Amino acid sequence: MDEIQALAHGFGVALSLKNLLLMFTGVILGVVIGVLPGLGGANGVAILLPLTFGMAQTPGGATSAIILLSCIYWGALFGGAITSILFNIPGEPWSVATTFDGYPLAQRGRAGNALAAAFTSSFVGALVAVIMITFLSPIIAGFALQFGPPEFFAVYLLTFCAFIGTSKEPPFKTLAAMMTGFALAAVGTDPVTGTLRLTFGSTHLLTGFDFLVAVIGLFGIGEILLTLEEGLAFKGAKAKLNARVVLETWKELPKYWLTSLRSSAVGCFMGIVPGGATPASFMSYGVARRFSPRGAKFGTGELEGVVAPETAAHAAGTSALLPMITLGVPGSPTAAVLLGGLMIWGLQPGPLLFIEQKDFVWGLIASMYLGNIAGLIVVLTCVPFFAAILRVPFSVIAPIIVVVCAIGAYTIHNSIFDVWMMVVFGVAGYLFKKLRYPLAPMVLAIVLGDAAEASFRQAMLVSQGDLSVFFSNSLVGSLTGLALVLLFLPLITAVLARLRGKK
Amino acid sequence: MSEGEEGRAALRTKSAEVVVVALFFLLGGLVIYDSVRLGIGWQEVHGPRPGYFPFYVGLIICVSSAINLAQALLVADEKNTTFVQLGQLKLVLTVLVPTAIYAALVTWIGIYVSSVLFISFFMRWLGRYPWWKVVAVSVGAAVVFFLIFEIWFKVPLPKGPLESWLGLD
Repeated sequence: MDEIQALAHGFGVALSLKNLLLMFTGVILGVVIGVLPGLGGANGVAILLPLTFGMAQTPGGATSAIILLSCIYWGALFGGAITSILFNIPGEPWSVATTFDGYPLAQRGRAGNALAAAFTSSFVGALVAVIMITFLSPIIAGFALQFGPPEFFAVYLLTFCAFIGTSKEPPFKTLAAMMTGFALAAVGTDPVTGTLRLTFGSTHLLTGFDFLVAVIGLFGIGEILLTLEEGLAFKGAKAKLNARVVLETWKELPKYWLTSLRSSAVGCFMGIVPGGATPASFMSYGVARRFSPRGAKFGTGELEGVVAPETAAHAAGTSALLPMITLGVPGSPTAAVLLGGLMIWGLQPGPLLFIEQKDFVWGLIASMYLGNIAGLIVVLTCVPFFAAILRVPFSVIAPIIVVVCAIGAYTIHNSIFDVWMMVVFGVAGYLFKKLRYPLAPMVLAIVLGDAAEASFRQAMLVSQGDLSVFFSNSLVGSLTGLALVLLFLPLITAVLARLRGKK
Repeated sequence: MSEGEEGRAALRTKSAEVVVVALFFLLGGLVIYDSVRLGIGWQEVHGPRPGYFPFYVGLIICVSSAINLAQALLVADEKNTTFVQLGQLKLVLTVLVPTAIYAALVTWIGIYVSSVLFISFFMRWLGRYPWWKVVAVSVGAAVVFFLIFEIWFKVPLPKGPLESWLGLD
């Protein structure tokens, strides 16, 4: 029961007045970010990251900084549901599945119930995931302490192969996008020998591409351009959310305990394996529709159809932090941004964090419990305020979002060149999204590229160029093997489908 | 916006795919070129040379782009959907072009003045707001950003002639 003791200590760290204040600030900012088109968890956190540089240098400041940023993330997860249900516009990709039953409910005048159900099940999903993180992460971290370069490379390989295996996008487009990320990561100084690579004599490229700029451009500017295509006006349902509606919904929710449980499991699993919240929400909606006795009515406004995707999305979004803090391998773009923050603050993510930075790790885990409670309180009480934001005309809100993105891109390195890069990444994001090139593997490749390459080359150095080092013991062998299975999964399923078709 | 002139396809999906694949080839080619220059083989003491990893990255970009190109070209003409309609493209460009100009302007006149101009342009051009609203929102936003970044978080943002005339930097 070491975990309980460590967690209690973590609550001691997180429960200071300053940190509680940051928690509420973070959640409110996060919901606003989640509601606004063009701003989401990943780029919202990326834009606000530079504001924490000063904060993180004070004693205990890194913990406050991660509490602020992770709470922005929880807020963004909650916020996506508001726009899906009231406006039929998913503010975040993981809330697309929430629109299926959420919007019909709102049209029938049950918007309040849908919102209350969405928020409550988000909270439940997150809670299950946090409990899992509490007990699983010390074990995984302890396990990972024995990792050498081959094991770490195998984990990276697994991460990236999982994208190809589980992605809904065409596998070769996933591969092309991912490798572009690796190529961008390689620009600048070679991590092993210090040689300059791919800079072509430009001084701007000496330090390489910052993935935070890429995130702000790809997700922020790209998203704005996509939203514009849909036209400039948002039309939404009115939300009435009062204590009576919430209590009425809470009475109804226990009926769906099985869906909740199933969705949490799907979410936790998909979050750890880098697939992320978006496929988790679709998968869990699909599973719920299949197994629920009311499955046939899904899509017409079933509360259960809101519960399933929201639980899974939140569970996945939360558990994406598990591999981030234990292995230094983020499970989602937002987790990657948080990981980037850790590195900028001078913390080395990975198993050593659990030994050297106990206050930080357990403060973060405790803040996940508290942050989600704070989130639930904020969203249940302030829905009308957040919905009002979407009624601000797009021609006012869009330029302000662009300006915020530009300021965010600039402040990362105080470089105007980064603002230009942001625009370039914005165009790339728009084209990629429309042509179904996935953005998440690209972002993760930019973040992890150098580390993956370094671990590969160290492993090669140890084995003197013998690739069999990746199968040299049962641990690394099974990781590599699993990675290869995932890599060829699209091929395997295609072959199986053809065989079945012939019969 | 699906009818008439505005609804006409400005670009078909197949053409867009080909353009993007061409860009991927360009990128992959550049990566391979520079990797070969750095050496892609084995080196005593250091192990794989600096170009080893990027070389294969570039190679995979080119190979998968070739497959993507083939798949795009194999799409039958009647299934070649609209990539972007003319009206949509116009809207996207009315945002993209000012954004690019905005990013360029930041170098010369600082982020605050260019933000005021950018927000004003948007509200006046797309929103057709009366001038007093335009000025109130755009200047108000700039002042709020100034307070948050320069005063509260002490993060200096790029400034231009106006700020130095006002003695703010």
